[in-house]
Amino acid sequence: MTSPSTSARLTGLSSTAIVYSVLALVIVVGGVLTALEGRNLFSAGSIQAILTTASVLGLIAIGQTLVILAGSLDLSVPFVVSLSSVLAASTMAGETGNIVPGVLIALVVAAAMGLVTGLVVALLHVHGFVASLGMGLVISGYLATNYAGSTGSAPRAFRLLGATYIGPVPLSTLVMLGIAVLATVMLLRTRTGLHLYAVGGNREVARLSGIRTAVPVVTAHVLCSMLAGVAGLLLLARLGVGQPTIGSQGDYDLMSIAAVVLGGTLLAGGKGNVIGTLGGVAIFAVLSQVMSALEVTSFLQDVIRGLVIVLAVAVYARREIERRPAPFDQLSAREALPGPDPALQETR
Amino acid sequence: MPEHEPVAPTTARDTPGSPLLRVRGVAKSFHGHRVLHGVDIDLRAGQVLGLVGENGAGKSTLMKILAGVHAPDEGSVEIDGSPVSFSHPVQAQHAGLSTVFQEFNLLPERTIAENIWLGREPRRRGLVDTARMARDTDALLADLGVTNVSARQRVRSLSVAEQQIVEIAKAVSFDARVIQMDEPTAALADHEVELLYGIIERLTSRGVAIVYVSHRLKEIFDLCDTITVLKDGAQVTTMPAAELDQAELVRLMVGRSISSFFPDKLPGTELGAARLELTGAGNGYVDRVDLTVRGGEIVGIAGLQGSGRTELLEAVFGVRPFSRGEMRVDGETRRTRSPRQAIRGGVAMVTEDRKATGLSLNQTILDNALGVVRSVFPGRTGEARRRVPGLLSSLEISARALDQEVQFLSGGNQQKVVLARWLATDPGVVLMDEPTRGIDVGAKHSIYELMRELASQGVAVLMVSSELPEVIGMSDRIVVMRDGRVAGELPAGATEERVLGLATGVTGVTPAPDAGHAPGRHTQEVAS
Repeated sequence: MTSPSTSARLTGLSSTAIVYSVLALVIVVGGVLTALEGRNLFSAGSIQAILTTASVLGLIAIGQTLVILAGSLDLSVPFVVSLSSVLAASTMAGETGNIVPGVLIALVVAAAMGLVTGLVVALLHVHGFVASLGMGLVISGYLATNYAGSTGSAPRAFRLLGATYIGPVPLSTLVMLGIAVLATVMLLRTRTGLHLYAVGGNREVARLSGIRTAVPVVTAHVLCSMLAGVAGLLLLARLGVGQPTIGSQGDYDLMSIAAVVLGGTLLAGGKGNVIGTLGGVAIFAVLSQVMSALEVTSFLQDVIRGLVIVLAVAVYARREIERRPAPFDQLSAREALPGPDPALQETR
Repeated sequence: MPEHEPVAPTTARDTPGSPLLRVRGVAKSFHGHRVLHGVDIDLRAGQVLGLVGENGAGKSTLMKILAGVHAPDEGSVEIDGSPVSFSHPVQAQHAGLSTVFQEFNLLPERTIAENIWLGREPRRRGLVDTARMARDTDALLADLGVTNVSARQRVRSLSVAEQQIVEIAKAVSFDARVIQMDEPTAALADHEVELLYGIIERLTSRGVAIVYVSHRLKEIFDLCDTITVLKDGAQVTTMPAAELDQAELVRLMVGRSISSFFPDKLPGTELGAARLELTGAGNGYVDRVDLTVRGGEIVGIAGLQGSGRTELLEAVFGVRPFSRGEMRVDGETRRTRSPRQAIRGGVAMVTEDRKATGLSLNQTILDNALGVVRSVFPGRTGEARRRVPGLLSSLEISARALDQEVQFLSGGNQQKVVLARWLATDPGVVLMDEPTRGIDVGAKHSIYELMRELASQGVAVLMVSSELPEVIGMSDRIVVMRDGRVAGELPAGATEERVLGLATGVTGVTPAPDAGHAPGRHTQEVAS
């Protein structure tokens, strides 16, 4: 399907450029399709909906980016989201004065969950997939036994966080973008950030360079878990009550991993960035707004999301084929010019 | 060739005063097996020491001890008169002793600057000072005379030679006073080697001492002031380079006779028709290969690491298919694009790394032995199943039962399972890459016997080996490769000197008794 020249052109582009081109394409095609249905993708309400979706998924996906860059994975995020939402809601219990303790408790507990997962990954050498799966099960068990349904409530002052808009832009989106900037600075300009790439790229090289490899891994897990906690707080601000299933309903584990991979980050770690992840998040946010405007069935929505992910990774895979130095490659290119070798043609 | 002139007493051994690096009586054993016996080295500022020896002579172990990867069991290392001991490579680097390993320790997705300063990034006001990192890197590279790459380039985008330079720059960035280089030219083209020479010259003129490990004797003589020869873990000699010539050096390195350890050709073995023929075959890794292997013949491929030996087998087996020239198997032209096609055409390949590519370690002996047949010739599984137990017992596999997992077998028995796996497919051409690597003497012998038996059944065997005695002892003909091409062909029983001479491209190594022989001259022509 892909001719050599197309794949060559794709190889030339950075993955961030690809993901934002795809985003532009999704916006244009989505805009036209919605217009054909007599709706407007660019109305204030529609944009608000897109940005709201993007800010919650974005926060989680930023954390997931850090964890994946370090060569790990976090499947416990949806449960941390729920846990943070119910802990904060029950602590606040509608009292404005309890906002600060509620937020602190939610974030400290989330950080502790990440710390445990991170230590298991870094010190016991259990892969993040398994460690976070276990952590997720523990939290989901706790939630199921202790919370029957929605619990606690957020005071009005806290709910404002979910209801404040600057133009069409929700405050939560600005919070998410601010955190994205901080995460980017951390990745580019701090030792922990650079070492995160190093450990994810090749743990042994990092170790031989004198890096304590546990530090970046644990840091990434703690930050990821805390960002999931922040996402839980945003959801609490929007809903007004704590919900023990809010995280798992959002499929935040798989969706955040998908957004990270769509954003060009290598699932194996060591390569990628937050900007690409935001592109991936935006694609999913626009897609779901377009699909709900077109009243696509939820089954078909999942199918389309699945196709987008697989296609994106297939495109990146073409670029990642490891090449050993081939001293005679130039030679073969030169000799290939007059046409295929007759001896080889015969054999067809 | 260096001239035999009397050397003024300026060498490390003869001059009084303290050398920069002093190694005394360093010894090391692994699992009770002594791999290094009491090595002494003296290296002065600005000098280059060549470290030579055959595979397994102990060069790598010595380097790794100096690099802080292994700790020595005995002996001492001093830098500038003060004793040092390392338990981690970073300690060696901070002591001023850096190592450029043959396998690069670089992160391909990160920039040159990030790789060089990894783990010790400069900081300013809490953040990493990327500007300074880039500046320092560019200065470091310019200092080595390299201007065509920039600090912010990703390592992935660099050529092998440029990556080599990044490794050297990294070594220099620790203010290294001694730099070890392990086969630094193994993957470099000729003009890139010149660049490396230039860098080494700059470093030595600044007083940096170099330990240079290479199989390429020409480089050793071009660069080194002193040469240390290791053999079987012991120091054979350390001499000023000017007192040696290449022929003498090769003799020092080899210095042993081939035992009668290799079984003779079985009676009744007949040379049959050509089973594997290559004409002008090439791909990205090998070029213009002409080679014929006939039924009943064992052909050995010799050559240095990186000379394209393994790549040639991989091309025949379809791992990296040929893109030029012609390949015929049993007289039929074949355009093999995958191992599966090769196997269907009667080709088998015993790979170099049995644990990674030869076996499924956590499956049983029987499942491993049937693995290829099951997936490529499912119709023959039943028959193979009846044959395999006999095959395994004829290989004298000492396993308790066929349902034992292969990971618990010894290296030798694992290798026999690999062989059984391929023999179950009834191949006509068997490719063997380092068939006896890392296995004990007894198992080696039974593998040699099996090779002879295969030949007597009319199978064509093409074997790659780094062990010269093995190539010489087992092969009916020896093909020597260099830089991806066939450098020449030698008859059975050629001397190690002749094989090494062809493999390293050193002329005039041919020892006197054989010098007049026509084949010798012929091979030199082929090589040029």
